[in-house]
Amino acid sequence: MGDMLGKLTLDAVPMHQPIIMGAVAFMILCGLGVAALITHLGFWRTLWSDWITSVDHKKIGIMYIMLAMVMLLRGFSDAIMMRMQQALASTGGPGYLPPEHFDQVFTAHGVIMIFFMAMPFIVGLMNIVMPLQIGARDVAFPYLNNLSFWLTAAGALLVNISLGIGEFAKTGWLAYPPLSEIAYSPGVGVDYYIWALQIAGVGTLLSGVNMITTILKMRAPGMTLMRMPIFSWTALCANMLIVAAFPILTATLAMLSLDRYLGMHFFTNDAGGNPMMYVNLIWAWGHPEVYILILPCFGVFSEVISTFSSKQLFGYTSMVYATVCITVLSFLVWLHHFFTMGTGADVNAFFGITTMIIAIPTGAKIFNWLFTMYRGRVRFTTPVLWTIGFMITFVIGGMTGVLMAVPPADFVLHNSLFLIAHFHNVIIGGVVFGCMAGVNYWFPKAFGFTLDERLGKISFWCWLVGFYLAFMPLYALGLMGMTRRLDHVNNPVWHVYLVVAMVGAVIIMCGIAAQIAQITVSIWNRAALRDLTGDPWNGRTLEWAVASPPPAYNFARTPIVTTRDAYWEMKRRGLAHNPLPAYRPIHMPRNTATGVIVSAFAAALGFGLIWHIWWLSIASFVAAIGIAITHSFNEDRDYYVTPDEIAENEGKYHLASQV
Amino acid sequence: MIIPERILNKASETAGAWRKVRRLASSLSLLLVTTPLLGGCQFAVMDPKGPIGAQEKSIILLSTGLMLIVVVPVIALTLAFAWRYRASNSKATFAPDWSHSNRIEAVVWLVPCLIVAILGSVTWVSSHTLDPYRPIAAAAKPIDVDVVSLDWKWLFIYPDLKIASVNELAFPVGTPVRFRMTSSSVMDAFFIPRLGSQIYTMPGMETKLSLLADNPGTYEGISANYSGDGFSDMKFAARAMSAADFAKWVETVRRSPRELTMAAYRQLAKPSEDVPVGYYGDIASNLYHDVLNKCADGSSCTDDNVRLALAKESFGAVGLCKTSESRILR
Repeated sequence: MGDMLGKLTLDAVPMHQPIIMGAVAFMILCGLGVAALITHLGFWRTLWSDWITSVDHKKIGIMYIMLAMVMLLRGFSDAIMMRMQQALASTGGPGYLPPEHFDQVFTAHGVIMIFFMAMPFIVGLMNIVMPLQIGARDVAFPYLNNLSFWLTAAGALLVNISLGIGEFAKTGWLAYPPLSEIAYSPGVGVDYYIWALQIAGVGTLLSGVNMITTILKMRAPGMTLMRMPIFSWTALCANMLIVAAFPILTATLAMLSLDRYLGMHFFTNDAGGNPMMYVNLIWAWGHPEVYILILPCFGVFSEVISTFSSKQLFGYTSMVYATVCITVLSFLVWLHHFFTMGTGADVNAFFGITTMIIAIPTGAKIFNWLFTMYRGRVRFTTPVLWTIGFMITFVIGGMTGVLMAVPPADFVLHNSLFLIAHFHNVIIGGVVFGCMAGVNYWFPKAFGFTLDERLGKISFWCWLVGFYLAFMPLYALGLMGMTRRLDHVNNPVWHVYLVVAMVGAVIIMCGIAAQIAQITVSIWNRAALRDLTGDPWNGRTLEWAVASPPPAYNFARTPIVTTRDAYWEMKRRGLAHNPLPAYRPIHMPRNTATGVIVSAFAAALGFGLIWHIWWLSIASFVAAIGIAITHSFNEDRDYYVTPDEIAENEGKYHLASQV
Repeated sequence: MIIPERILNKASETAGAWRKVRRLASSLSLLLVTTPLLGGCQFAVMDPKGPIGAQEKSIILLSTGLMLIVVVPVIALTLAFAWRYRASNSKATFAPDWSHSNRIEAVVWLVPCLIVAILGSVTWVSSHTLDPYRPIAAAAKPIDVDVVSLDWKWLFIYPDLKIASVNELAFPVGTPVRFRMTSSSVMDAFFIPRLGSQIYTMPGMETKLSLLADNPGTYEGISANYSGDGFSDMKFAARAMSAADFAKWVETVRRSPRELTMAAYRQLAKPSEDVPVGYYGDIASNLYHDVLNKCADGSSCTDDNVRLALAKESFGAVGLCKTSESRILR
């Protein structure tokens, strides 16, 4: 029996840790509550056949964003625990978290926020919007899209299982060896980290291939690349980065696993291993990763600012070139993450300069958004507030980033709370604000009703004020010499700043609560907020040219594009909302359970590998591969939407939108 | 059960912490106001006590100033444009199809280019002048200190003085200190915020750094790279003192009966937290070499292995490949 379960015993459950057990109980209760609600609403069948097994890019996108929002709550719980710990333990006391717990919390916070909050959010937005923007019926590989989502979810599941069974890594979010090697991290924490990221990483990579293919091969007739909406452009570049960068992560983690599982010496101290190589490789993925996150957000801001200024985007061409410049340059800067590793002055200076060169196209983008507002008619909706908040916040984050790109400045700021403030400044101010702008902007497209504006604005102001209160003190603390990841310090002056930072985190929490309230209230009031036109903002791009929510096939007839802002042009020429006399049947992919089943086995495979339960690993691996192969023999994978059905859908939509 | 006690402690500490907040609340506003001035003695990085830190401070200020040339107008314009072109302001010009201007494009690309060109030059020059490996020019003869980061404390070996100390680094003011560093187990980073430049310490590898203190004083030294459970207490006192005081300090350390033999080092290297200052009056002569070459535990040294491998390549394998002979070669 003992052998059957590998390293797993009952001791793996941290029964003696009340905080962890409380969190686990809370998560289980939430899960049961949701299950009860689904049962109460009789929603199980719909959930399975219309959502879980769906290959519809819009539904998959919605599921990605739901995953992201749940993980935001989890990641934020970690954040506020850290802020509390540092506020409580900065006058000499130990605080309420012992180091071995605090170390897991900051590791989990980073991993969850980047891999399971920001990434699914971005991929979700790209899923919902990009195919509609380019006039496609779905992504290139709909089944693969479903599989990608579920693999990401499987990774997220493993991270959350680690809370209740075993432990999570205590290494920091990039798991630098030798600390992450078996000699210094003998527990299962790093293994959870490795396998969660490996499984989710496969999903991300497949999704990247899928999106690139979709953008390059499935654009509507007439939509040349230089007529493509900016969001789709940024999606293209971000996915190019995914395809180029994620294999590096996979290979790096694979080498770390070989060290940990088979006693190899890629990154160990002994036998020729070299930990510096890991740091080098992980950042060769890690720096492009931050551009994978921020580029699509730049796209969101471009769409939002143009739509709500009722004006064409200023400098479209330079915006495209700026995006491409950033894409290329993002692969030439990774060394700035370790200027203090003793690299020579020439190398440091080279990477410092390449880093600051990225500020040029980024600066040009900011100016282009500015001049999009110029001579426009700016409507201060929630997405616009997020965008203006972003523009102001991001230039500050950009400035501190360029500052740290100067190696001698980095020599005193590296790894300090100044760095923490900097990257939260760009990730919250850029990525999170972008995701929130995107959600408020495209929610009516996905669901057919708008989000409550008042709560949306409350949420924005809480986030904005909370962000500045939480992170400006960290800039100051960094200049005072406080380094990151300290579970306790003894300094009454720092204490004050840390308390202010905690208050900021609490205000951000209010912002999150307002967002939850916003979504809940909007669902409650959906009748009043209903948008039947499919175009609530007087939009410019093709996603607004269809009903909300769009039918599974998106476009009854593939649009023909003649200009940028294709839908704006259709409206101008009176070509929008003209129902066709007759429709042709539309060929569509059928839903499939393969993705979720394969991913369930992938999660089991990961769990088996983490706990050295070899039979489970082998069986799951064989099952996952076997099912994927079997699926490829399934010939019953498509259907046709009949012209009558299309006519009925489109009739309703056109009738409503002409009112 | 440890936990209930811990929680009880927490409750009282929480109350204490909040009392302290109230006491410090008045100074808070003052602190936040002075933050932009960055002069106060709390801002270690902005109040350097040596030439390296001072140059780094001026680079931070210069770079920030250069960037503010763009950042301030951008923030001002964002707010101004958003307000001026608000939808309700029907007096503002509305040009919905205006989306291109070569002149504006030229400015928005060229101004950042210009600033980056200046900043890039500053980067190139300062990366070289402030290269951590670069010796500091000073009248005084530099002293050498070999640093080993251990789980979770700092070992400072004075190779010329044949003494060592734990968690306390003393050196004469106005004298360049040449550090050679390595680590015994995982990565750390050696950092004295008031003196400038930090650098990673890595097992099996050596990094170098030169620092100099202008003013006598005790400055906090930390590890700036997370290295495990005991990391938060991995601190040392960097004491810059007059030549006479330094001589006295050396004498104090010399008088310590403890000797840092290889056995004592192996004992010291075991993980321990919040370690008090310790002195060693004598040291094993090849200690730093052996730590760096991973033979402090008695196994064969990396540099010997490399030499052996090279020798094997040059002379063939006969007779040279036994690692037990390695020390003879050195």
